[in-house]
Amino acid sequence: MATITLDHIVKKYGDGFPAVNDVSLDIKDGEFVILVGPSGCGKSTLLRMIVGLEDITDGDLTIGGTRVNDKAPRDRNLAMVFQNYALYPHLSVFENIAFPLRLAKGKHSDEEVERRVREAADLLELREHLERKPANLSGGQRQRVAMGRAIVRQADAFLFDEPLSNLDAKLRGQMRTEIARMQRRLGTTTVYVTHDQTEAMTLGDRVAVLRKGELQQVASPRELYEEPVNLFVAGFIGSPPMNFLPAQLSGTTLSLPFGDVEISADVARRAEGAEFLIAGLRPEHVEDAETLEGPRRERGTTFEVDVDVTEWLGNELYAYVPFSPDERVAAKLAELDKELDGESMRHQMVVTLDARSRVRDGDRARLWFDPASLHLFDPSTGESLTRDEERARAIQADTEEMRRQALERSREHAQAVGQGAPA
Amino acid sequence: MSGVRMSGKEKALWYVAAVAIVVYALFPVAWIFSLSLKPASELTDNRFLPTDVTWENYRLIVSGDAADLFLPALRNSIGITLIATAIAVVMATLTAYAVSRLDFPGKKVLLTTALAVAIFPVISIVTPLFNMWRAIGLYDTWPGLIIPYLSITLPLAIWTLSAFFREIPWDMEQAAQVDGATTWQAFRKVIVPLAVPGVFTTAIIAFFIAWNDFVFGISLTSTDASRPVPAALAFFTGASQFEEPTGATSAAAVVVTIPVVVIVLVFQRRIVAGLTNGAVKG
Ligand SMILES: Nc1ncnc2c1ncn2[C@@H]1O[C@H](COP(=O)(O)OP(=O)(O)O)[C@@H](O)[C@H]1O
Ligand SMILES: [Mg+2]
Repeated sequence: MATITLDHIVKKYGDGFPAVNDVSLDIKDGEFVILVGPSGCGKSTLLRMIVGLEDITDGDLTIGGTRVNDKAPRDRNLAMVFQNYALYPHLSVFENIAFPLRLAKGKHSDEEVERRVREAADLLELREHLERKPANLSGGQRQRVAMGRAIVRQADAFLFDEPLSNLDAKLRGQMRTEIARMQRRLGTTTVYVTHDQTEAMTLGDRVAVLRKGELQQVASPRELYEEPVNLFVAGFIGSPPMNFLPAQLSGTTLSLPFGDVEISADVARRAEGAEFLIAGLRPEHVEDAETLEGPRRERGTTFEVDVDVTEWLGNELYAYVPFSPDERVAAKLAELDKELDGESMRHQMVVTLDARSRVRDGDRARLWFDPASLHLFDPSTGESLTRDEERARAIQADTEEMRRQALERSREHAQAVGQGAPA
Repeated sequence: MSGVRMSGKEKALWYVAAVAIVVYALFPVAWIFSLSLKPASELTDNRFLPTDVTWENYRLIVSGDAADLFLPALRNSIGITLIATAIAVVMATLTAYAVSRLDFPGKKVLLTTALAVAIFPVISIVTPLFNMWRAIGLYDTWPGLIIPYLSITLPLAIWTLSAFFREIPWDMEQAAQVDGATTWQAFRKVIVPLAVPGVFTTAIIAFFIAWNDFVFGISLTSTDASRPVPAALAFFTGASQFEEPTGATSAAAVVVTIPVVVIVLVFQRRIVAGLTNGAVKG
């Protein structure tokens, strides 16, 4: 178990292009950190530098207090699960899992290897498959063999590179919870690369968002969702993604395509000078005014829109509301969309309504939202103007406390199990 | 492998074509075998099947007059070919690994040179080699043949093997390194086992090239100290100087074909084994 510290890490490939640029990150002992970002943003490169498969161009990498820049992968004592599993096809499942133990010659007796492999196999429900060859296993089973190989030795940290991306949706969901359970149970420091934001949000204690090799924000999933630092993070985290609307500010009145809202004087002061802004509104923060009553409705503001298409999903309803873009921010939004791997050709707002809503295709609907949930961004820099540092710190302290408790619980649990078991 | 569905008619056509090719290819072999079983008097009777089957020709080359010529030649052929093959495979494995995995200056040059050597006509280097070997004392020795055999088998071996190595996913080796292997361990425990079919294929190709060589064998040797079978066959003589040694030559030809057939039969499974299946997602 160990801490991992990245200090101004830079990676330039042969062509001089910085695939990873000046990334600093402190990963605590036992922490589960996610590296997330669109494809090609340098996540794998960063992970491979940590594990030692890629040279570090500049900066320092420290694991457990020792600088490891120049150490070979085998001297770093890390375990990695590859995207394509990289199982050894000529070895049985048992020997695949035992491989790292066999390499550490003389360290483990045959009985110990046997015991450890069986333990790992039990944890991953691979017992019946130990004698089979990887070629005869299903995708999910191969994935578990790869994890077995990672957990069989006491590695200082686990590194995952998109381990679930080759599985179908259902299996992916199952394995996701499996990985979370395993990590909590073992309490091992984990770095997990994904481009899937559901994995990022559900698995991580903290999530590091990368964009073109640069770190955008490192925070708990909740902080990323509630207090994103910029347009990119705001657009990347959340599903369906945050709606970006052109906005114009005069005094404390913000004009949106669907009407005017009042914003706090504090935010208005920060936005001063910037005439045109980008407003961010999460789909789930909008409601059908008809399905709301009482005090909640009073807090917000309502507006009338023409609904283009609706999608009823049982638990909720998506409604698509077209709006005319403002050419002054349209270019910025198109660029952002491209970066986020999006393909939205049309300007429309998506809102997630209560499933009871009776809004249907072509309706004119009255929607509601709370102006306090609105995010505002400076179009030139992309920076958030509404981020509340104090609140962000509170969320941070809160999630840190929750993580500590969860880790303690799992250690107590492990101890209890350890004592209860016959020696 | 998923079979391609064919109609009965198509199948029949394939069979006819296959049989035709097999007959065409095996006919000379069968003829030689038949010749080797004929007594001297029947050799020119223009009939395919011998009327009188005799093992006289085999006795002749194993313990008769031709044995002095044939047995040392067989020993030379086996020894020289095996040594040349072993060296070629080991060197080609290491070189091909470097070529397919590592980036080093001169990689392109190395590969093109290898190819150039492979296509260089053997006959054009024999005379210079003859003079050189005489000068440095390699003429009519085992190394004197092993070295030129290496020069013709290595390029092919390197090309075949590097194609095999390129098929093996990089990740496999990197996974081994993360699991605690040194570069050498990763090579030995992961890459080599995966490349086994390639190594066998290469070994067989190298073996054939060396085993079948005639030009070097006849030009660079003069005694039974190193003369291989193909060259020795040319020195067989008949019972009298007016008699062709056809029978004995045929018997010797059959004997030297046997190892080749055995090798192919033994290793064909390993050659075709699609061992990398299931290494990655599938
Ligand atoms: N071996 C390499 N040589 C040159 N460029 C590379 C190499 N590997 C990756 N890159 C580049 O580095 C960037 C980041 O790649 P990668 O870390 O694989 O992204 P991700 O895992 O986030 O999809 C990409 O622009 C990619 O083209
Ligand atoms: Mg990647």
